[in-house]
Amino acid sequence: MGNKTIVTGVIGADVHAVGNRILDYAFSQAGFDVVNIGVLASQEEFIQAAIETGAKAILVSSLYGHGEMDCRGLREKCEESGIGEIILYAGGNLVVGKQEWEPVKEKFLEMGFNRVYPPGTLPEEAITHLKADLNIE
Amino acid sequence: MEKGILLIDFGSTFTKVTAVDLENPGVFYTAKGPTTVDEDINIGLEIALENLARQIGHLPYFEEKLACSSAAGGLKMIAIGLVPELTLEAAKMAALGAGAKLQKVYSYTLTKREIAELISLKPDIVLLAGGTDGGNKEVILHNGELLAQSELTCPIVIAGNKNTQDELEELFINCNKEHYVTDNVLPTLNKLNVDPAREKIRDVFLKNIIEAKGLKKAEDTIDGIIMPTPQAVLKAGEFIAKNKIIDNCERILIVDIGGATTDVHSFSKGEPQNNGVVFRGLPQPFAKRTVEGDLGMRYSLNPLIEALDSESLLKHETQEVEKMVGEILSDIWSTSSIRDDFEEDLAKGAVDLAVKRHSGYLEITYTPHGINYLQYGKDLTDIQLVIGTGGPIVNSKNPGGILSGSLFKESDNLTLRPKIPKFSVDKGYILSAIGLMVEKYPMLAKRLVEVNFSIIKGGN
Repeated sequence: MGNKTIVTGVIGADVHAVGNRILDYAFSQAGFDVVNIGVLASQEEFIQAAIETGAKAILVSSLYGHGEMDCRGLREKCEESGIGEIILYAGGNLVVGKQEWEPVKEKFLEMGFNRVYPPGTLPEEAITHLKADLNIE
Repeated sequence: MEKGILLIDFGSTFTKVTAVDLENPGVFYTAKGPTTVDEDINIGLEIALENLARQIGHLPYFEEKLACSSAAGGLKMIAIGLVPELTLEAAKMAALGAGAKLQKVYSYTLTKREIAELISLKPDIVLLAGGTDGGNKEVILHNGELLAQSELTCPIVIAGNKNTQDELEELFINCNKEHYVTDNVLPTLNKLNVDPAREKIRDVFLKNIIEAKGLKKAEDTIDGIIMPTPQAVLKAGEFIAKNKIIDNCERILIVDIGGATTDVHSFSKGEPQNNGVVFRGLPQPFAKRTVEGDLGMRYSLNPLIEALDSESLLKHETQEVEKMVGEILSDIWSTSSIRDDFEEDLAKGAVDLAVKRHSGYLEITYTPHGINYLQYGKDLTDIQLVIGTGGPIVNSKNPGGILSGSLFKESDNLTLRPKIPKFSVDKGYILSAIGLMVEKYPMLAKRLVEVNFSIIKGGN
């Protein structure tokens, strides 16, 4: 408990539930306490869940191409809510159409995300990163 | 009647007694007297019993005397949580489900100013929650410390993050403050756990609060004050729903209009009913109670009229409305001159607003896959039975008309109100008495429900 609590969910008007379930399973298997807030989740719900559960990281999924719009301002809202230091990851089909990955990644890092993942990333990669970022193991 | 059980409801104004015949199930008598908390609660109870004896011809032997009470302000509580939409909401549900009247709620870290305000409200119990198990500890510890060191004298029920229990207990012991630790009202975000807190609140109510309210004096006469009156109503509703006693209905809504508040109780899971609907927010309890402090037919008449839309009052002339309101407020308990149709419109309006606030609602969201719906709160569209209780409904000539205020409206089709329920009225005004009986006398309670409630016109 405590140091291993993370909040996951699918942000915005996105209803893709399967990837979210897989992430829940994979991170739980890896020893994290996963607070899965499900699909169609707003920024506020991610933040409220993180405050109440004392989570150390928020993992945002988005598959429908509007992730950029949905994720903008999340870091600022975390700061306003007193959890500005929390680790933020985003992953999935984050932008509309087929865009080059590097500029997309840059954009999300500028928005205050600590790590960003393109489509097709395996959960193991993010798990390894998160363990490093949280100094676990 | 030779042998019966006596059920007493010490209300804010009246003490109501119900005698149930033990040998002839289904036979009962009711009578009332004034509530005399200031002098001696027994005086009013004696008067009620005299009235009862007059009806029966003599006072039967009572094998047991059980009571509930909302006298002296009922059970006044304050709920504290962390995030308003999460642990605070869970704490509110626990307090309301225990039959409390919520004076005020607080979230996040308390300020000294808030502590001063809280103390000035003189609550009977403070419910302290915050953080899921293993979650945030700082806020509840901060709030606990401020409460422990304050001049607050009422008991504190702690139902927050379990990992803070030891520290909080130590804080309150060191400051010599009465406190009770129980399970977290929201152990994880997707699991509401309000029953242990409800039970603890009920224990504390039994142990201390009845004494503070002057009700201790009645303890020699009765076998025990069991619970706050709203909790008795909640128990009755749960019993009726789970046993499908009235017309085989198991999803039930109870609307209770009073002088100061309108209470709504729902008994159903309230889950989304269509595939395209996603549930958001806090999980909902099967038995849910909400209280509308601004919707009442006497003390809260002015706020009720302000809250009503003009449509409900349009058929009455403004001058006439003002005159009638003036009459009601000048003599709250004598309403002989108030026109029935005016009372009815007000009551229907109170039901309309109270059920709207109790019901869940949908929010439309547009996604690349088309329209999706988010559901907040309970879906009550499949409620099978709406029961009306409280003076304005029980005494009305047109209870069906009043209860029709609870129905689903096409003009407000995102609010998930009952669509095709049947209606029933608590004719003998004995819902709280039934709640007092269900644990020890379930068969007798069942028979009483069968006799007292029938399906009335107006519903489906």
